[in-house]
Amino acid sequence: MTENIIEVRDLVKHYPVTRGVVFKKTIGHVKAVDGVSFDLKAGETLGVVGESGCGKSTLARVLMNLEKPTGGQVLYKGQDISKLSGGALRRLRRQIQLVMQDPYTSLNPRMTVGDLIGEPFEIHPEVAPRGSRRTKVKELLDLVGLNPEHINRYPHQFSGGQRQRIGIARALALRPEVIVCDEPVSALDVSIQAQVMNLLEKLQGEFGLSYVFIAHDLSVVRHLSDRVAVMYLGKMVEIGTEDEIYERPTHPYTQALLSAVPVPDPTVRESKAIIRLQGDVPSPVSPPSGCRFRTRCWKAQDVCAQEVPLLQIRPGSDHPSACHFAEKREIVVTHDAA
Amino acid sequence: MSDILVSEQSAPGADGSGRPSGRLLEVDDLRVEFRTRDGVAKVINGVTYHVDAGETLAVLGESGSGKSVTAQTIMGILDTPPGFVTGGQVRFHGKDMLTMSPEQRRRIRGEGIAMIFQDSLSALNPVFTVGFQIAEQFRIRRGMSRSDAKKRAIEMLDQVKIPNAKGRFSNYPHQFSGGMRQRAMIAMSLALDPEVLIADEPTTALDVTVQAQIMDLLGELQRERQMGMILITHDLGVVADVADRIAVMYAGRIVEEADVYDLYRKPAHPYTLGLLNSIPRMDEKGQELRTIKGLPPNLMNIPPGCAFNPRCPMAQPVCREKVPPLLQLGNGRASACHFAEELVNRD
Repeated sequence: MTENIIEVRDLVKHYPVTRGVVFKKTIGHVKAVDGVSFDLKAGETLGVVGESGCGKSTLARVLMNLEKPTGGQVLYKGQDISKLSGGALRRLRRQIQLVMQDPYTSLNPRMTVGDLIGEPFEIHPEVAPRGSRRTKVKELLDLVGLNPEHINRYPHQFSGGQRQRIGIARALALRPEVIVCDEPVSALDVSIQAQVMNLLEKLQGEFGLSYVFIAHDLSVVRHLSDRVAVMYLGKMVEIGTEDEIYERPTHPYTQALLSAVPVPDPTVRESKAIIRLQGDVPSPVSPPSGCRFRTRCWKAQDVCAQEVPLLQIRPGSDHPSACHFAEKREIVVTHDAA
Repeated sequence: MSDILVSEQSAPGADGSGRPSGRLLEVDDLRVEFRTRDGVAKVINGVTYHVDAGETLAVLGESGSGKSVTAQTIMGILDTPPGFVTGGQVRFHGKDMLTMSPEQRRRIRGEGIAMIFQDSLSALNPVFTVGFQIAEQFRIRRGMSRSDAKKRAIEMLDQVKIPNAKGRFSNYPHQFSGGMRQRAMIAMSLALDPEVLIADEPTTALDVTVQAQIMDLLGELQRERQMGMILITHDLGVVADVADRIAVMYAGRIVEEADVYDLYRKPAHPYTLGLLNSIPRMDEKGQELRTIKGLPPNLMNIPPGCAFNPRCPMAQPVCREKVPPLLQLGNGRASACHFAEELVNRD
């Protein structure tokens, strides 16, 4: 077994909802992440998928220690990262870096590419002595497929895909062990998206990086991930290897999500059975009791409203699923209306 | 009452074969440029396509390919300046809309051609209720009374499957979820029973499960009303699901046009081929993705010859000299590549 580089245990992140300007009072909590546990092994890519509002970006922020968890722990090689401070925290930050979604707002427009990529060295001078920084930055530019001559250019002189490469170079600067990618390709055009995905794969091979790859595009996640976790309304509903999730999903939400992805092949138009979910995702302020998916689920029974289904391996399945009635879908049937 | 007779002349089920002037909407050699402080960007450089009643034409392209500007020109909502139409025609039932008076064009908008936009939150007016914005059309264009208009608007909300349409009538856009707002916008655009619906990235901002709901709804309404639909998108998956024909745009030109099955089976332009190769597919775990190298051209400085030649794996000297015309290959296929025949005839 390879070692776990990050272990997440029962992670909870709630945001207070307040009313009033002067006399603020808390009237509820947005339960963005509500009890999530998983491991990230060295050198693997863990994909995290889910629709908007499921808590995947909050998860990224907590993993990066940009937010303190309300409960639970994120352990990096056994250390609880939210307990660290000062020098220990700074050393940790070297090891976990982030690539953000929007390459247009995540780069400071007033800084040159050289300054943007070189900034991590200012904070961590031990990585590169002052004199060697420009050479380092040029190496990084070359590594991510940009022209090292462009070191003095500003972000606006680059296209979206090139900017995302700058973001990746910046994340790589400190030679981290883990990179958290929060929707790194969703703002890019198809032809550019493929270039960036290939780059991420190449870098992983070269540096033995571990990725937490957060995205809503299930095809992209499948392409890059070794293991995949599916989130719904702050909870993890299913986790398994890429094959287990995509070929043998057992949670109804995963099944519905997968069936709704348009396949770029017109010949399967007729044969495809799409599970149509009714309605929208409920509010994370007051999620449904029991199983959070039950309000949209065609399998829902009384027990689903009373008991929260645990994320565990159930009979007849080979990977954990948080459904009381988890089972493979042998025969594909269409569910029209609830 | 008065909106029943509008779409009588459209012939349902027409294939478009052998009907020279019976086209519902035709864009013919359209040219648009943007005159900006930094120079002239040639955004559309001779776009020709058409859509007939009951069919779905997908216009596929990446950002900057000109797919949305073409739609804006058809609707007459192009920002002028900086955008200027420098040539070509947009014919609706054979009449050129670009030379019409603003009043005539206005009459076509909504009743003849309607459009739904990508970002429903900014397309709806935040200070009026959703119901008011739909009912407004019935009052102004159909001269209905307030109460009749309200009744019709609630019917429309009901048709797009908004639960509790009556209660939702007096909600503001921000009280709707993204999917609901997109439904409301569909209701609004279909209120006057248009013959052509232009959908500009209607599901790009939505989650997959909601996207599936909205595409279903659009397909259903289109079949019921025998509308012609122009679906503008960059998503090759959505296109494969719903389109009849596809026009692929690159740097302001149509580079390939084909039946949906032909296009996916055997693309006749290297750009289309590159696009199809570069998408990760969920139904198969691929290895390295085959990418299209380089970047789309700067529209202020489009390369001479074929605009795709700097990125094309098949490029020959001729591609740098001559602009390949969009040539018919038979079976309703057309490609703007000097080597289209070779592409189609390869195994």
